[in-house]
This record gives sequence, structure tokens and C-alpha cells, in this order.
Amino acid sequence: MKGCLAILARELRLSLRHGADTLGALLFFVLAASLFPLAIGPAPETLGRLAPGIVWVCALLAALLPLDRLFGADLEDGSLDQLLLSGLPAFAIAGTKGLAHWLVTGLPLLLAAAPLAVMLRMPEDAIPALLAGLLPGTLLLSLLGTTGAAIVLGARRGGVLLPLLVLPLTTPVLIFGVAAADAASGGLSARPHLLLLAAMLAGALPLCPLAAGAALRGAAE
Amino acid sequence: MVDGNTVGLRAQDLAAFRGERLVFRDLSFAVGPGGALVLAGPNGSGKSTLLRVLAGLGRLEAGILLWNGTDALVDLADHAARVAYIGHQDAVKPGLTVAENLGFYARLLGRGIGDALSALGLTELAELPARMLSAGQKRRLALSSLALTDAPLWLLDEPTLGLDTAAIARFGTLLAAHRARGGIVIAATHVPLPLGDVAELRLG
Repeated sequence: MKGCLAILARELRLSLRHGADTLGALLFFVLAASLFPLAIGPAPETLGRLAPGIVWVCALLAALLPLDRLFGADLEDGSLDQLLLSGLPAFAIAGTKGLAHWLVTGLPLLLAAAPLAVMLRMPEDAIPALLAGLLPGTLLLSLLGTTGAAIVLGARRGGVLLPLLVLPLTTPVLIFGVAAADAASGGLSARPHLLLLAAMLAGALPLCPLAAGAALRGAAE
Repeated sequence: MVDGNTVGLRAQDLAAFRGERLVFRDLSFAVGPGGALVLAGPNGSGKSTLLRVLAGLGRLEAGILLWNGTDALVDLADHAARVAYIGHQDAVKPGLTVAENLGFYARLLGRGIGDALSALGLTELAELPARMLSAGQKRRLALSSLALTDAPLWLLDEPTLGLDTAAIARFGTLLAAHRARGGIVIAATHVPLPLGDVAELRLG
């Protein structure tokens, strides 16, 4: 536990020191979503109808951006060896890294999503459902992304492989996340979709760190 | 025959691959408390691979590694607690200061930095970002983490690479203190280390 806190503190400190890298994902999210009104026109009906999908797809892609370096830097400078020899189980290291990714990338995306949804003329009563879906959604993206990043670690062209591996895994998250917001804007209950997202999170929470931890050990060999 | 009463580290008939290539096989040695073993051999003879295997990072294809008579690699977390490994890379984060880099490893071990900074003469550099360090200074920072740990088994891969004579002398003091406490040193090197009496294992 103490070891995990030490890793988390170091990850957050490094993110602060490399502020440009940290803000990169957030700025990408805002910029990419801002392109849609320019591309499809500012008509509120069209834009509002597409808004949940735009926010979700952009969040998904933005969350992928920092994954390449999540373990890559540690592998290159030898820190990964030291982490694996710290006496912490590999799944705890992977889980802590995933949590750091969420705090540094997922949480800012979640906070930026509300103003972005307003900008995209999303119906006001659907915005709470969008955010309620993004909360487990961004956590799921961090967990699946961490697993993917650990699996492609050490592979040549890992940066290309990573989205190909992670994006298919995130499709259920995307489907139910958008469905929750769509249901709310259509006057239906978002609850079943949110519960499904929570169920996915409950499954991913133990499984993803275990898989990522095993992959980290494999990468160190 | 496995001798169950051996104290220290005992390796029997080790074999390991690097990639697709078998780098060594039928490798046996034993190091007792306070002992030192230097791995010698040409480039690519498997010195680094052997060190990673001993640390529990690399995969052992055959053979058995015993610590005080029991299989060392059964519980990797247990084994990690008795190993301090300094590899080729320095595991130094350029964005953090010298003290922060060392402080992280101290926190992982659940203790403070103490006088680890002065062990290899880094006190004056403590607040400097690690990206400003020279290669030798980075190496000193990596070796400083040895002053934090009380792991009995030190596995060192070319530890003196880039060190000046003063730093090598300080490093020698660190090694001597470790061996006086009954610690074991296994090092891969091409140059003589400040170790006193050592056993040598030739690979390749």
C-alpha cells in the first residue's frame, strides 16, 4: 500500500513536471470535438443529436494518446525493473499506473466534457447522463488502456499496435455510454445503460490489473 | 544433489535463453555470506542475462536457484525483498531532482533517504534535476540506492561504468560494508572492481 502511494506520488509529480505532455490529451479532446461544428455545421438539431457520440469518441481517442509512454518510459530507463523488484505484486504496480493515468487523463477529460457538451448544443437534461456514463467510462478506458499498453510493451511498432488492440475492447463501453446519453435526451431512463457500464467496471477492476501485471513481467524478461 | 544446508546463494545447472539463443547452460556456483562473485566473459556471453535471472526478472529455462537451501524463485515478491539489482540502465527519471529520485526508492522500501546521498558524494547535487547530470553522476545516483537497502544479495551489472576514481573508492567502501554485514555481491564487469578477494565465474 505504501509502495503504491509512492508510485502514485511519483507519477503525479512527473506529470506536473512534464505539463505539456499532460495537457496534450486534454487539448486534443477539446480541439477534436471543436472541429465537428465546423465540419457538419452549427445547426443545433444536428449537432445536439450527434453530441454524445462526438464527446465519447473524442474522449476515447484522447485517452489513448498518453498510453504509449505509460510504461514505455519506465521500460527504457530501467525503472520497470526496479518497480518489479520493489516487492510489490505486478498487478499492484499495473493498477497504480492505471489509476495515475485516470487521474492525469481521465479525470480532466471528464471535467472538460460538460462545457464541451454545452458547446455542441447537447440537450441540457442529457448532460448529467453523459457525465454519469463518462465516470465509469473513463475508468474503464484507463483500465483497458493500461492492459493494452502493458501487452504491447517492448514490441516493435507498439504505438501502432496499441490502438488496434485497445479500440475493439472499448466498443461496448462506447455503445452503452452513448446509449445512456441518448436515452436521457429522448426522455427515457439512462439507468440500465449506466448499470451495464458499472458492471463492466466491476469486471475490469480486478481482471485488467492482473492481465497487465502478467504482461509487465513478460516484458521485463 | 541439492544440498539443503547451504547458506547463501547456490545455483545448480542453470540455463537461460536470450531471445532465441541459449546463452548459457549447466552453470553451477555457490556464494556464501560475505562472498563476492565476479562474472567475466566476452560481450554477449550471458552475464547480464544471468544477473536478470538471479534477480527473478529473467526466465530460468532449467536448473534451480537456492537461497539458504530453499528454491528462491517460488515467491518472486519474497525474492525481490532480498535482491538489490543495478542494471545497465540507471532507472533515473530526468524530470525529478537527485533527492526526489533517491527518495522514491527510499519510500518504496518504506524508509527515509538518510545519508544515502552522501554515500557516493551526491549531497551537493541533491536539488539538481537529474537531466542535468553527467553519465557518471547518473551512475552514482543509481548506485546510491544500494545504501538504502538492506537486501543481502546485490546484483550489479557493470557498476563502475563511467565512474571516476574518487567515486570508485566510495563505492568500494559501500561494497566492503555490505560484505562485512554478511551480504553477497555478484557483479558483471570487464574492469577490476574494488572488491578485495573475489571468486570469478567465466562465461562463454
